[in-house]
Amino acid sequence: MSTPVSARPAPAPATAPNAQGQTRSGAPALEVKGLVKDFSSGGLFSRASVRALGGVDLAIRKGEIVALVGESGSGKSTLARCIARLEKPTAGRILLNGTDVLKRDRFQASREYRSQLQMVFQDPFGSLNPVHRIEHFLTRSLTLQGKAGTPEQLRSRLDELMTTVGLTSDMLNSYPHELSGGQRQRVAIARALAVEPEVILADEPTSMLDVSVRIGILNLMRQLRDKQGISMLYITHDLASARYLADRIAVMFAGELVEEGESLDLLANPAHPYTRLLVSAVPDPARTGSYNPHERAALRAAVMESASCAFDGDAEQRCSATEPVRHRVGDPANEHWVRCHLYRPPATAASHALSAEPLESGPPTTQEASPTDGSRTENKASA
Amino acid sequence: MTISQTSFGSHEPVLEIKDLTVKYRGDTRSTTAVDHVSFSIGTGEIFGLAGESGCGKSTIANAIMRLLRDPAEIAGGSIRFGGKDVLAMGTEELRRFRWQDVAMVFQSAMNSLNPVMTIGDQIVDIYTTHAGYTRKESLRRAAELLELVRIDPARLKSYPHQLSGGMRQRAVIAMAVALKPSLLILDEPTTALDVVVQQEIMAQIKELQRELGFSVLFITHDMSLMVELSHRMAVMYGGRIVETAKAKDIHAAPLHPYTQALMGAFPPLTGPRVPLTGLADGVKFSNIADLQEVSPGHFVSPLPVLQGAQP
Repeated sequence: MSTPVSARPAPAPATAPNAQGQTRSGAPALEVKGLVKDFSSGGLFSRASVRALGGVDLAIRKGEIVALVGESGSGKSTLARCIARLEKPTAGRILLNGTDVLKRDRFQASREYRSQLQMVFQDPFGSLNPVHRIEHFLTRSLTLQGKAGTPEQLRSRLDELMTTVGLTSDMLNSYPHELSGGQRQRVAIARALAVEPEVILADEPTSMLDVSVRIGILNLMRQLRDKQGISMLYITHDLASARYLADRIAVMFAGELVEEGESLDLLANPAHPYTRLLVSAVPDPARTGSYNPHERAALRAAVMESASCAFDGDAEQRCSATEPVRHRVGDPANEHWVRCHLYRPPATAASHALSAEPLESGPPTTQEASPTDGSRTENKASA
Repeated sequence: MTISQTSFGSHEPVLEIKDLTVKYRGDTRSTTAVDHVSFSIGTGEIFGLAGESGCGKSTIANAIMRLLRDPAEIAGGSIRFGGKDVLAMGTEELRRFRWQDVAMVFQSAMNSLNPVMTIGDQIVDIYTTHAGYTRKESLRRAAELLELVRIDPARLKSYPHQLSGGMRQRAVIAMAVALKPSLLILDEPTTALDVVVQQEIMAQIKELQRELGFSVLFITHDMSLMVELSHRMAVMYGGRIVETAKAKDIHAAPLHPYTQALMGAFPPLTGPRVPLTGLADGVKFSNIADLQEVSPGHFVSPLPVLQGAQP
């Protein structure tokens, strides 16, 4: 990936229509296979461990944005940190363009890996050193990767980067504190772009920003996908923004993926109770009817105590209580699958947000609601 | 007789703010954080104040509680609570006013619990300090209070770190309503929480509000959440209110371009994927004019003819 500066696609104005499908191809840019991460807990000599990731399989194609959604504690950031090689996975493989990077660079990420994969973090206030000018961050990225070239080349590359992310070149002389949150996040993205990565991991890149500039950052990310064919893993808990930006959404619960599919289809026809729980919790003024604690208790119960699967009895898609079988949902074109709901992860699975909360509305409501639960599952799945 | 008792049940506004101006004074220049803001909150009403960081919404909340410290200064206007002038209150009166008449839940309130005291002791503290109950009586009431927000009273003996974020936030909300205030100020009460927990806490606040009948000043930047919860709302920008109306009206027909930008910042969960624009970096509105009534109860700041900034 040592393309000369001139060969790069010229940054285009932000008003370009979304040219989806232009660069996306079948081959995965990043593939994660059976990724497991255990954190040891207890004292120094304790063998107890907590399983944060329990065998995650996820593929991101070239020029595709995949959103990873889930609540705090579901393991989505752990997955990102493992892929970024900030944590050492316990087991599994990470393939970048087909190369197993865990085998290639065994102990830590190589510079080569860093030039292929970059990160954008949540907090643009914390990720930029306050004592340096903006120019420093970008120049340093370029120098470290040996892409700085002559002073003239460097200068034109800096200008180009700033234009790409929608900033002006005179901001190169600014300090981080002189920029707004949105502008700082753009600098963080420019820094990631400086090394011309193939994949960008964005861990909640908009959650610290003012609402009115969030869309601008999402549009920028979309534009990078469309114009430069960069693949992204967009980690968020905001389903609406995931739907807006991502081609596909993967839902994570307790360290495992439970559902994945084309964004619009997944949110329109959520098949897993956990996905339905998330969708039902998004504030939406247009929604008819309000929050129903009984329904919520039923959904929670369905998530926590998986008793039935909507595909039970389907001869083509067998259920399994011992293996995480994936059931296809709807049109195959949407690549929408849901994990068989009869499957129960082993007891060592992560302690997640839901179990930390008490089952809200006491025993009476749970009993009342549970008989209707099975039928509702089927209704939703067939709808 | 406390103020809450006199004002409760009447149709008088609980809180009335008129031309409130707050300035942050510096050595060389001063900034007007809140500029001639007026609004009122009726009994049992949920009033939403929307806007982005730095627009002055939290400054207003702190001004109501008289929590502003140097270099902030209330430069003009009046805050009346149940007919009483809040700005003229003395120390002792203010102490009663806070928590007993008006309680506030801050954004990261769950982190404001004392880590070395049990939840129970902290609630008991409120009762013994502000209401003069005995310890035994306070403990009994503390247990009731936790039940009100659906936390097992056995948790009275827990330390904050033993509770999840959502439970801690609920405990804080329980503490805020402990003395049955007539106004509860919620400053971004769920920003640090997951959506599922957020929805449950908002539902709980609504339920408490119906049960106890207090008024709510609800501050957030999440327009969807605000429209769902509030009866009436105001949108603030640069220390000014640019639009105020019934929440449903603002949602249906936002008139000010800034309100429209805020509304447009939340992509919908249904329907086709439409490109949104939000507010471009660096777009500023200046010289925001006074509000004018465009339809009954719907006030908008009129715009200069050439705005150009709006998508």
